Parts: sequence; structure tokens; C-alpha cells
Amino acid sequence: MGKVVVVTSGKGGVGKTTSTAALGAAVAKTGKKVALVDFDVGLRNLDLIMGAERRVVFDLVNVIQGSAKLSQALIRDKRVETLFLLPASQTRDKDALTEEGVGEVIDKLRSVFDYVFCDSPAGIERGAQLAMRFADEAVIVTNPEVSSVRDSDRIIGLLDARTLRAEQGEQIAKHVLVTRYDAARAARGEMLSIDDVLEILSTPLLGIIPESQDVLRASNLGSPVTLSEPLNAAAKAYLDAARRLEGEDLPVVVPFERKGFLDRLLGRRAA
Amino acid sequence: MSLLDIFKRRSSAPVARERLQVLLAYERRNRSQPDLVSILREEIMAVIAKHVQIDQDYLQVSMDRGETMSTLEIDIQIPNKSARPLAMAG
Repeated sequence: MGKVVVVTSGKGGVGKTTSTAALGAAVAKTGKKVALVDFDVGLRNLDLIMGAERRVVFDLVNVIQGSAKLSQALIRDKRVETLFLLPASQTRDKDALTEEGVGEVIDKLRSVFDYVFCDSPAGIERGAQLAMRFADEAVIVTNPEVSSVRDSDRIIGLLDARTLRAEQGEQIAKHVLVTRYDAARAARGEMLSIDDVLEILSTPLLGIIPESQDVLRASNLGSPVTLSEPLNAAAKAYLDAARRLEGEDLPVVVPFERKGFLDRLLGRRAA
Repeated sequence: MSLLDIFKRRSSAPVARERLQVLLAYERRNRSQPDLVSILREEIMAVIAKHVQIDQDYLQVSMDRGETMSTLEIDIQIPNKSARPLAMAG
């Protein structure tokens, strides 16, 4: 039976879709069968980040409503043959997703794939709750910034209350993935540090993705950064995070930036 | 403010951490009843409406949350009888 991982955050624009693509591709590269499911009905974007936007024929809603088979809707990645995408629909009807329907699709995926990554929409509404509903594990994508941390805290509360596992009295494994981390700004005390974020959220850390122009470049090209530029710092951080997700005990190294000459001269203190 | 003060600007991350800790401690406690203020507002309104006719717009309920104590502020404006338009009296 495969593992279902929801990638969620509450806040929009923190990197859920980018992280879903990068982590999913990283796991698939090791030979595991991976399905990426876009739950953002009406505003799908995982297809675009994966470079599969012109190959979408059927989507999650078609499968749930029975107008397409799951095998017809799954798009196989052109670069990694064990990587598949199930796109969201572009119709505006959010009620098209039913809990029963989503449950059936997830069950089928779970029986065929080693990993099912559910890319959650932003917010805490129905779509986000359905994306997390059947998850075994959760990756909470957080920027080191007040509104993102607050929303992550809210999402952690929902994960502990509204998932099927939680309702059955089981644990859902939660991991924080800090994205867009700027070591220089953190060193100057201008950005929440990793310790701050972890202390506030009291949830284990999956990885730290440094702010990187290559992530935007990868999106532009329609390729997960772990496939297009695996030697880049952000890609390496995603590859490490994926190994931890698979259970490897790999210590997290906080990106370090030496204090600049000016900072030392002026005695600016780090937080 | 000297030029040096501009460069020595106090780091903002500790402020962010502190604000988040206070806020989240409150939000976690109140997760089971997320909108206390609007519930209070409705119930207070109902009690007052039993005795005086007031407009929804003239009831303000606000909460100022402190670390150890919070203040609930209720501001109700009740129109005086004399303020009625004269035409109605005649």
C-alpha cells in the first residue's frame, strides 16, 4: 500500500505546487512509483509546473464523476517514467469534489503507487480539507514570515482534527518544509530563523529550501527543479527533503551566511 | 536620529517571534470557539432588543487581547425619544 502525502500550507503563494513537483520528482527518480494529484479545482497549476499543460485531456473531476477512467486521466511524465500527474479541472464548480469520490480515487492510487502527493489549494475551505482528508503524512510548506507561520499553525490544527487518521485516533505524521529561506537576512535578524519557526510550530523539520532564482527558472521551463537543475542548492535541499520523507535519517544543515563586513563593523546582532 | 541609527536598525525577527507566540497561544486556546466576539455580539443584541429598539449599526463589540488579560468593549448607542422627528409626534 502506498503512502498518501498532502502538501499544504493555508497561505497561498508559499510554494506548495513547486514543492509538490520537486519532492514528487525527487522520489520518483529513485524508482518509486509516484502520483501527483492537483486538488486546486478551478485554479490548476501543477500541470504547468510539470510542463504537462498541453497534455491534459481528463482530470480529477472527470474521474470522480465517472466520465473518465483513472488510467485515462493520469499523465505520465516524459522525463521520469515512474512519475504521473492527475490534473485538477478548470471548471469553477468546487462542489464537484465529493468526499466519497475523492476517497475512491485515493484508494485506487494507493494500491498502484508507492507515493501519492496531494497538492492542496490555499485556504482552509472544502478543497483544502479534501486534499488532507485521506493523508498519512503532511508536508506543511512555510515561509519564514509571520502570516505564513500563523496559517501553518492553523493548518496543523486542522490536520490533527479533520483528517480521517485523526478521527480514527491515529497519528498523522507532520513535517515542516521551510521555503524561500534567506540565510543572509536571517543572520541579520530581518527574517524569522529556523529555530523560531520550529519552536513556534513545534513540528519536525523536513528541510530548508533556500531562496533561489533557479526555482523560478524551473517553473518557467515547466520542469521540477530537482529534474532540471539537480546540482542547484534549492534542488539539493529538495532531494534531501525527499530522502527524509522516505525515512532516511539525514541531518538538516541550516544554510549559513557569514556576516558581512558592514554588519560586523556596525555590530548588528543576529536574532 | 543619527546616520548610524539607520544602519543599526533593531532587528525585526525577535519582534515577529514574540508577536506570533502571543497570538498563537490565544488562537490555539480558542480553536473550539473561534468567533467569540460575534457570538457575544448577537446575544447581547438579542437581550437589549427585548427592552429597547436599537439598530444593529449602533452596537459595537470589540476585543483587545493582552498577554495576561483581555478587554471586551461594548458600545451601544440608544436613541433618545426626544431625538425622534417632530412629524411623528404630531
